[in-house]
Amino acid sequence: MPIIQRKNAADFSFSLITAAASFTIVLMIGGILAVLVRESGPAIEKFGVIGFLTSTDWNPVTKSFGAATTIFGTLVTTAIALSIAVPTAVGIAIFVTEIAPNFLKGPIGIAIELLAAIPSIIYGMWGLFTLAPIMTKYVEPALQHSIGKVPVVGSLFQGTPMGIDLLTASVILSIMIIPFTASISRDSFNLTPSVVKESAYAIGATKWEVVKNVVLPYSKLGVFGGVALSLGRALGETMAVAFVLGNNHQITSSLLDAAATITVTLANEFTEADSDIYLSSLFYLALVLFVLSFVILAVAKFFLLRAGRRYSR
Amino acid sequence: MNAEKKRKVESFLALLMSTMAAAFGLFWLVFILGDVLAHGIGAITPGLFLNDPTPPGVEGGGLKNAFVGQVLITLMATFIGVPLGILGGTFLAEYARGTKTAHVISILADIMVSVPSIVVGTFIYAILVRPVGHFNGWAGAVALAVIMIPVVLRTTEDMLSLVPWTIREAAFALGAPYYKVIIQVVYRGAATGILTGIILSIARVAGETAPLLFTSFNNSFFSVNMNGPISSLTVTIFQYAMGPYDEWHAQAWAAAFIITIIVLALTITGRMIIKWRYK
Repeated sequence: MPIIQRKNAADFSFSLITAAASFTIVLMIGGILAVLVRESGPAIEKFGVIGFLTSTDWNPVTKSFGAATTIFGTLVTTAIALSIAVPTAVGIAIFVTEIAPNFLKGPIGIAIELLAAIPSIIYGMWGLFTLAPIMTKYVEPALQHSIGKVPVVGSLFQGTPMGIDLLTASVILSIMIIPFTASISRDSFNLTPSVVKESAYAIGATKWEVVKNVVLPYSKLGVFGGVALSLGRALGETMAVAFVLGNNHQITSSLLDAAATITVTLANEFTEADSDIYLSSLFYLALVLFVLSFVILAVAKFFLLRAGRRYSR
Repeated sequence: MNAEKKRKVESFLALLMSTMAAAFGLFWLVFILGDVLAHGIGAITPGLFLNDPTPPGVEGGGLKNAFVGQVLITLMATFIGVPLGILGGTFLAEYARGTKTAHVISILADIMVSVPSIVVGTFIYAILVRPVGHFNGWAGAVALAVIMIPVVLRTTEDMLSLVPWTIREAAFALGAPYYKVIIQVVYRGAATGILTGIILSIARVAGETAPLLFTSFNNSFFSVNMNGPISSLTVTIFQYAMGPYDEWHAQAWAAAFIITIIVLALTITGRMIIKWRYK
């Protein structure tokens, strides 16, 4: 703890400047919330909260707006993306911490982090020009011919494969969030004390038993935190999905249909909004997204802090 | 099969799946990078850097305006974001070290790092674009700065905390006031770390598109006027890739290639500095 007498005027002013700079964080978060609430005021007044969140209308002509279609798109793409990304990421983390020979650990870790550094617009563009055609030609017809024949589940794969749909967007999103989840899981795994692992090996456990019964239980808080963090990222991801989702406001039972997420709607329509209530509704969407991701990220942070505290004990 | 053998087989299968997961992850990295490289490198010509865009169908167009605009916006964002981030981090790690305020701000900054960047764009639109009446480069720079500040702030805080407290005490013992100790001793000790934070934060915002869509917008003409709409590589990629013309697509790939190379180079530089300094 710094115990310094603030008798020095220069020192006092420097401390004030730094304090002001750090409060920009609070100012930014408060400012975003306040501005979004103010701007979405007319829409909140007109459509209400429950009404806006449950209405499937999105019609600039009749000036009737609701968030249900975009929330649907956001939740579906995020859920599919996470269900692909989380097992893969945990697998990667297990590989890097437990299986890979030492000379490979560094390079693979760096490669995964590079995947995280690639700007999201590159993922989006690559998705449009490379992945979408592959999905149209091979993956989606294959899915239709296999799982598509199964009753109930098959309805997820109805329609003409176009490549511009929920499935393609989810796949790109999952590729984007794998590195986040993987690197946080890896860091959590690394915190397992090697003494504990060695005692498990000493009583004859196999490598997988050590991972399953020692490493995973020990680091589950950190992994949960990593998953929640990826969830927050996936909800707010814009450019990776903007190219391949089609921005079509509908709730659909098939993953091969175009849809819209909150972010894609904002990216496509914000500069084109021609009436005040339209723009206000878009701000309302941004507010919903901000609150949603803030809460999820706060939960993620809570888990990660708890995890960190446990290990430092 | 006896129990021991079963356990060994189970272990082998589980580890095999983990290895396949790692291969799967690396496969995408190679696929995406390879694809960007393959499409981008052929589209890179001197004209791309030297000429401004021409109307579709007219040969010889380039993206000079977008390169200049991107550099300008990123530079201005750095000038705004880096000092604020460093000073804010200094407060958390020095004057407010160990206090509840510092802890809360630090957590908020961590959350702010992951807040959707498109939301930042709408926020800046409301405070810097609508009151002015038109899109402008400053709004884009401020939007990127808002994304940068928490990144720089958190790195600075961490790096200053790594400087041993005894070093500060040595300086105090010589009678130096705290601000002199920070500037002349602590900053010096943490300089490489802070520099890394700055490099990584530039890498982070250089590829951002969403916050620029409604702030600096786009401009098909050469402009260095930060008070008007200004072109950026990322927004140009979005517009060109979604457009109908083949030459637009080729230029979008070229721009994507260059931006990927720059961002990855910055990231690798940052990581290497950390490795070299904090081994």
